[in-house]
Amino acid sequence: MRVTFTVNGSQQTVDDVWEGESLLYVLRERCGLPGSKNACEQGECGSCTVYLDGSPVCACLVAAGQAEGRTVRTVEGLSDTGLDPVQEAFLDAGAVQCGFCTPGLIVQAHDLLERVPDPEDAEIREALAGNLCRCTGYEKILDAVRLAAARRTAK
Amino acid sequence: MTTVDMRYTGSALDRVEGLEKVTGRARYAFENFPADLVYAVPVQAAIARGEIRAVDVDAVLEHPGVIAAIWYGNAPRLVPSDNADLAVFQSRRVAYRGQYIAVVVAETYEEAKEAARLLRVEYAAEDHDVRLRADHPNMYRPEKVNPNYPTDTEHGDPDTALTVAPVLVDATYSTPAEHNNPMEPHATVAEWDGDALTLYDSTQGASGVRDTVAPLFGVPPANVRVISPHVGGGFGSKGGPSPYVIIAALAARHVGRPVKLAVTRQQMFAVTGYRTPTIQRVRLGANADGRLTAIVHDAFEQSSTITEFAEQTTTPTRIMYAAPHRRTTHRLVRLDVPTPSWMRAPGECPGMFALESAMDELAIACQIDPVELRIRNEPDADPESGLPFSSRNLVACLREGARRFGWADRDPAPGVRRRDRLLIGTGVAASTYPVYRRPSQATAQAHRDGRFTVRIAAADIGTGARTVLTQIAADTLRTSPDQVLVEIGDSALPAASLAGGSMGTASWGTAVVRACEALVEGLDRRDGDLPAAGMESSADTTEEIGAQRRLSRHAFGAQFAEVGVDTDTGETRVLRLLGVFAAGRIINPKTARSQFIGGMTMGLSMALFEESIMDLEFGDYLNRDLAQYHVAACADVRDIEALWVEEDDPHLNPMGTKGIGEIGIVGTAAAVANAVHHATGVRIRDLPIRLDKLMR
Amino acid sequence: MRPFAYERATDVRSAVATLSERPDAVYLGGGTNLVDLMRLGVVSPEMLVDVTRVVDATIEESAGGGLLIGAGVRNGDLTADPLVRGRYPVLAQAVLSGASGQIRNMATVGGNLLQRTRCSYFQDTSKPCNKRRPGSGCPAREGDHRNLAILGHSSSCVATHPSDMAVALAALGAVVHVEGRHGPRTVPMPGLHRLPGDEPDRDTVLEPGDLITAVELPELPFATRSRYRKVRDRASFAFAVVSVAAALDVADGVVRDCRIALGGVAPVPWRAELAESALRGAAATAAEFGRAADIELAQARPLRDNGFKVPLARNVLVGVLTDLAEAR
Repeated sequence: MRVTFTVNGSQQTVDDVWEGESLLYVLRERCGLPGSKNACEQGECGSCTVYLDGSPVCACLVAAGQAEGRTVRTVEGLSDTGLDPVQEAFLDAGAVQCGFCTPGLIVQAHDLLERVPDPEDAEIREALAGNLCRCTGYEKILDAVRLAAARRTAK
Repeated sequence: MTTVDMRYTGSALDRVEGLEKVTGRARYAFENFPADLVYAVPVQAAIARGEIRAVDVDAVLEHPGVIAAIWYGNAPRLVPSDNADLAVFQSRRVAYRGQYIAVVVAETYEEAKEAARLLRVEYAAEDHDVRLRADHPNMYRPEKVNPNYPTDTEHGDPDTALTVAPVLVDATYSTPAEHNNPMEPHATVAEWDGDALTLYDSTQGASGVRDTVAPLFGVPPANVRVISPHVGGGFGSKGGPSPYVIIAALAARHVGRPVKLAVTRQQMFAVTGYRTPTIQRVRLGANADGRLTAIVHDAFEQSSTITEFAEQTTTPTRIMYAAPHRRTTHRLVRLDVPTPSWMRAPGECPGMFALESAMDELAIACQIDPVELRIRNEPDADPESGLPFSSRNLVACLREGARRFGWADRDPAPGVRRRDRLLIGTGVAASTYPVYRRPSQATAQAHRDGRFTVRIAAADIGTGARTVLTQIAADTLRTSPDQVLVEIGDSALPAASLAGGSMGTASWGTAVVRACEALVEGLDRRDGDLPAAGMESSADTTEEIGAQRRLSRHAFGAQFAEVGVDTDTGETRVLRLLGVFAAGRIINPKTARSQFIGGMTMGLSMALFEESIMDLEFGDYLNRDLAQYHVAACADVRDIEALWVEEDDPHLNPMGTKGIGEIGIVGTAAAVANAVHHATGVRIRDLPIRLDKLMR
Repeated sequence: MRPFAYERATDVRSAVATLSERPDAVYLGGGTNLVDLMRLGVVSPEMLVDVTRVVDATIEESAGGGLLIGAGVRNGDLTADPLVRGRYPVLAQAVLSGASGQIRNMATVGGNLLQRTRCSYFQDTSKPCNKRRPGSGCPAREGDHRNLAILGHSSSCVATHPSDMAVALAALGAVVHVEGRHGPRTVPMPGLHRLPGDEPDRDTVLEPGDLITAVELPELPFATRSRYRKVRDRASFAFAVVSVAAALDVADGVVRDCRIALGGVAPVPWRAELAESALRGAAATAAEFGRAADIELAQARPLRDNGFKVPLARNVLVGVLTDLAEAR
């Protein structure tokens, strides 16, 4: 089938998509956007988190057809100019290790700060509950979200 | 030994590839797209032991998009090697459930996957045996334990000493099978050009993969190139090539096109290694004042029928505490299970859970503070080899940790501190990890614009290797990190040891320092006058490392945990975790802290959650996804902190480092279990500490 | 995944008509469970009818004084809704305790109700399972069943229902609105989900073609004093080992009325009717709560390795009721 959707601001038409392919597969294998990671294919780790019509979802659980006519934003499209403050904060706080969970975490944290500019620690932990990280122990990731929140509110 | 001038080493340089990672631009193995590529999906055995009688591939080949279905019956023969796990499709035998027995190659991943489900296999199944027990009749004594330690050691007369000891602890502990579960599933893209093979692989060691894969296909190592710039974690499971790499290469050769193959998360529970379950009996004999007279530590573990992997579970007991009478042993049974392998701190991690739990039991039996008990049994030299320690600061870690944690006022009585519904307790355990170093090669090149390129086939699996090597090179080259490009993750670069055994920085750093020193010397000789092509120097540390003085080299640490156990539900949450480590010089406090905390978190995860459940009826690990195999999530990690005590050890390497990748996980589970005992009075000797074990 | 056709429904009636004629077709809501099960090969429908754009996705006050929640409402929106949070905190808490933010953003109310069990054997197509392949056997009974049922299971199936939301809805006595072949009808909760008996492949009483269109919450003023407590193996993002949804109406130290349901213990969200009747008119004390829990749990038939769930459920039930009695 043909799927037409908006990815990171530009309309994309992808042909010969098999119905069983996930949005994640289409992004990674067909659209040249491998930033969103495939780590479980079951929605259990959050590595594939992307915005779908403005809400973060696990792209691995979105059937390609469900994306028809909708708007997708991936880690590659978070910022038009340079880095988004969340990306910057992940760098500065040292919240990145192997980097495989990073894109999903950044999208999820980005959404949290859009909704809750100054979140409590408990809110951060709840928002990030679906993003597993095996390297960092989450401590620096929490630091990064706090840092990004502080910088956003300071602006 | 010359040491690096400390300017950038020791500073918190940002991760040099961080920008690529936060923007999604970093390319991992599966994200390579050679022209004309096809997808491979391997098929797993549905029996735990027996033979493949026949494979019906007709339906598979009729499926749209399918190019090939390969199994023993039509697979090309590989050159036999000493790693039987890699002899994929070379036999009809099935040695464990989930073993790869065939592969389907198709134009798209989904086509390959669906076609793979249509493969019909006829088996001659045999009864399987997958349950580890200490009294298994086939328990045997392996020749050595990983990587090359004596299987057993004995000093003095431990049996008599235990009999006469005024205080005796005799307890049996167990740790379950655990799976590494790096976030990036193992993946490779294999492409042949004539007799030359390129592998984009997710690996902890490109040189090692090249050297292992090449002979299987009868080609010289120079014909194989392994490219692996970014690796999404490994924790030991990407230490050597697993069968999937061989399958991808074999399939690519068979179909004459590049092949992409990703192991699924579910498959990882069978085919990419795991930590062996252990059963450990620890006996401690002591005087009433807590001074140990005897230590006996016996471990029982499993391996597969294919390959012997004997984990070095009791080796930390050989160096931890002074006692005149001592024995450590390892016994192994070969079951119809996948071959266990390295998982973060193999040996030390499960072994120290048992030893440090037993030390806590001894502290209680002797009515001595558990911090003091450990200090009281501090040895002057390595208690078994008699060698001096290059440095040993366990006591400093214990003291500093106790001070920071607020240990001094601790009431040892168990089960008496309540906060709302929670019972609160604190616990301590020691950590240790050996200091290894392996030969590596490196080159350093000066360019006319004042910049440098340093090349070494090191791997950055998230550790920060690329960053610390940049710092080390910058200092040796007397320049700044932004003038240095470190190229790693490619077997075409100078050969290097793997990212494992916490020896990356020590091994690669030594080679980088030597190459950079040679370059600086050359530049000095020429007075900075560079030829147009720049100038390059190289180093090989084989001789230097071979000549290193015999000493007992180990990192140490102390971990303190505070837990709350819900009295209604038995749910245990770790409220505070503090680790203090003595691990030589810290090259980068930012990446190091993350490594320590990450290790401690994995230790917390081991303490409370991680357990691969063997299905006795079918003979495979049952809970094979991240919903069923729990690892710590964000909400499980509350107040966690890692510190280190400064160590200036001149007997290590030019950087003075000990390695930090693994020590963080060692001892954590014991600290948590000891805290749970302090909270509740219940001693959990079998990990993980699940709520049903505390439910009353 | 087996090839299938994907169709976007244009309206509820035609979707129902399509599914009524095609037993090999299924509805697709958020897809968070269905897509996973298809990828695992647990279910292999030949057609997916995407109903997310045709089922109602709003929450409004119902004629009866309760709330009418469209089946297309995303779980994330449900937990955030001020009416739900204010009047039925147990429901908001239950939904928030399930899965992760990303999953809740996708998952719908209708789909959440129709989740399949997370029993390991059900999800593993290389093994027998009566729920997946009727008559093939139930290895969980002798195998790993630590987190499976203690109540309501049968010799053919010991699975548990995984939903948190459904436990709260069962406690509140929600009514499920269904559009079927013969028009609209309602199904009360509990009553949507069925015990396995010797037909464990049928999770619910729904007939082919039935589409859940809405869930109606009855007016229940005392539900403002309600709570969901979930016991799990890690602090977040895990299915319930045991959960309790409860609402309590206490006056002068006496229980006037209550609603209680248990999760993680049975093949269905388990309404604790025996405990409820034991409590009506009883003193609102821990002793009475314990007595009521014991009456309910006397029906439990734990398996070899999950007997701990009996005292666990008792403790949590007593704890939640005590908290509710002491609230305000």
